Amino acid sequence: MALDKVDAVIVGAGAAGPIIAKELAVAGYHVVLLERGKFYQPSDCRKDDLYNQRTTILGNAFGPDNEGEPRVSVDAKGNERVILPWEGGYNNNAACVGGGTLSYGAMAWRYHPFDFQMRTRYGAIKDSTLDDWPLSYDDLEPYYEQAEWEIGVSGDDSNNPFKGPRKRPLPMPPVGPPSKEHRLLDTAARKLGLHPFDIPMLRNSVPYNGRPACMRCRWCVGFACEVDAKCGTQNTVLRTALKTGNLELRTECMTREVVVDDTGRATGVKYYDENGRLQEQPAKLVVVSCGANESARLLLNSKSKLFPQGLGNRYDWVGRNLQGHNYTGAFGLFEEDMYDDLGPGASIAICDYNHGNPGLAGGAMLANEFIRLPIQAFGIRPPETPRWGKPFKDYFRRNYRRIVAVQGPTQEIPVWEARVQLDPKVKDKWGIPVLRMSGYRHQHTVEIGEAMSFKAEEWLKAAGAVRTWRKVGGRGLSGGQHQAGTVRMGKDSKTSAVDAYGRVHDSDNVYVMDASVHVTNGGFNPVLTIMALAYRAGEHLVKRMKGGVA
Amino acid sequence: MLSGWLTVYDRGQNSQGGQDLKRREFVATAATAATSAGCGARLAAGHRFFTKDEARAIDAWTECLIPADDLPGASQAQVVRYIDLQLTRRFKKLQEPYRRAAEAIDRTAMKAHQKAFAEITIERQTDILKEIEAGNGDKAIWGQDGGKAAFEMVLNHTMQGFFGNPRHGGNRDFASAKLVGVAPVQSRGRLHYSFKENS
Repeated sequence: MALDKVDAVIVGAGAAGPIIAKELAVAGYHVVLLERGKFYQPSDCRKDDLYNQRTTILGNAFGPDNEGEPRVSVDAKGNERVILPWEGGYNNNAACVGGGTLSYGAMAWRYHPFDFQMRTRYGAIKDSTLDDWPLSYDDLEPYYEQAEWEIGVSGDDSNNPFKGPRKRPLPMPPVGPPSKEHRLLDTAARKLGLHPFDIPMLRNSVPYNGRPACMRCRWCVGFACEVDAKCGTQNTVLRTALKTGNLELRTECMTREVVVDDTGRATGVKYYDENGRLQEQPAKLVVVSCGANESARLLLNSKSKLFPQGLGNRYDWVGRNLQGHNYTGAFGLFEEDMYDDLGPGASIAICDYNHGNPGLAGGAMLANEFIRLPIQAFGIRPPETPRWGKPFKDYFRRNYRRIVAVQGPTQEIPVWEARVQLDPKVKDKWGIPVLRMSGYRHQHTVEIGEAMSFKAEEWLKAAGAVRTWRKVGGRGLSGGQHQAGTVRMGKDSKTSAVDAYGRVHDSDNVYVMDASVHVTNGGFNPVLTIMALAYRAGEHLVKRMKGGVA
Repeated sequence: MLSGWLTVYDRGQNSQGGQDLKRREFVATAATAATSAGCGARLAAGHRFFTKDEARAIDAWTECLIPADDLPGASQAQVVRYIDLQLTRRFKKLQEPYRRAAEAIDRTAMKAHQKAFAEITIERQTDILKEIEAGNGDKAIWGQDGGKAAFEMVLNHTMQGFFGNPRHGGNRDFASAKLVGVAPVQSRGRLHYSFKENS
């Protein structure tokens, strides 16, 4: 039997879902927010270097669990294998309230204005679906600001001449004082004529929104913040939304499909509740917000008369163009200790190379890296150094504290064949078909990464590194925590799946809102853009509800 | 002392649903093993998966990968205990590969030096490990890859057990902290209800 009809049901409490929930709930609409994971608290930080979202040797601390949620991975030769959530190629993002924003490193980048106009800037690229976004930086600017102030961003990008215009500064100063590597990299960048500045982060540097400041521990990216200083959706907008009394959050609920009638309108969703019982939640409005992999999966699993190939998939755009970020950069070994145990580690960045690189369609923001815990540092050695025995021990003892990393999320050139589909055989523990991932990165993505790694190396050398080595990604399928692109937004319903507000083409009341809708993924961490898009969509949805959407 | 130590470090797992430690049972097993002189001299606790001989071989293997000098090595950090514990939890699928690896390393030592791997000098151990790292182990003993996969498996797990959080069974008393040169931080802010369960 169906539950009582609500104004909106939102699937997924990640970076975007709770923002839309808050916009609607504050405006007085009754919202149900479904989340397949659990609601973790700061006390679930755990500080476990083998068991977190970054280093998943023993599993994902914030989901999904290894059991019952497989995917199928297909390699370049067509060999397929079942892949589990703790394996690298699974393309996982945390499955919990807050999604990735509970345990992220929390960099809060606005995309560069050119990132929205890649096709106009760089023209068509062979074997790529590179295109412009249907909206501009200016369209998104007010919502970037809203995200920065409501969710909370610290930092100082006033020394970044490459950024798009901003009307209001960031609400909090950078986390200080700077670490030793920050100071050396700052001096070196200036010497090279670059423009270093303090990374904007969704992290309290001073008490803000009723939560304390970052205590600068070494357990940041991959962990829930012990003192709740990182600003995610779970400790900001979600709290506001719950306080209104208009939002009902249901955790450990796995949505099976969006129920769509013969005209393409959604009537609600079907989901398995925390006891595994199938429930139907009717709603006037359905918002799909599960991340680029799972949003595409939910749409593909929602078949109807008008959309026999899955919701929004009339022209085969759902699940295509899977992107992430090709992290490239360099490591530098110094002659003295650089480690001063001042977390989170990442603090200084340059945007000199995001655009304007000769012969390249884009670039990357480059920044120093989060603190590497010892188990992570094991894999970070100059290629010629020993991996075991007394020589390894001597090497590690001498150098663990002397390595600095500079890297960045390289702009990816979208590829049509990089995709997720439904696997015809494998199902999850609820009996829902799982994703089948296949494809590759564009050659030019690797070329951009290669160029960025040389820039990173140059910066480290200028800072005094005596030995440097580069890190360049390969052509394997992208995705990961920065997963994007699978439900592209656009003006033309034949070359995209949703419009600029995330509304599914040819469906009146289904919206997709997360990085799935990104046409391209910028040379930056994507979360602030996801949040800004969600604020923009939320405002639009409130207007529609007031106009009587149902 | 043993049970107290276990209590501290195994709590983290109790909350993970389905991973319940059954601590009393384990302590009882450990005590039995200890009184029946079942433990090798360098092993401080009983094991859940490894036989005595397997534990001795893997312990020596890990110690060769991270040998003690003025600072603890893998053996003192109880890396073998980490591996043993995980083979009953997250690494269940690796039980057979470990059985085979432990047997193969002893057979290799036996063939060359007529002694178990744990009984030969570290120089000789190192030579054997270098051979299998390069995939040059006796194929009759190691299979087609000459021991390469087994070497990588033990190497990775050794690093995890040496540097990883003690709650998973290795890095005893933060044995690797001095090597790293950074003070360990006691785990705080985690799942307080599991403390209540055990107290």
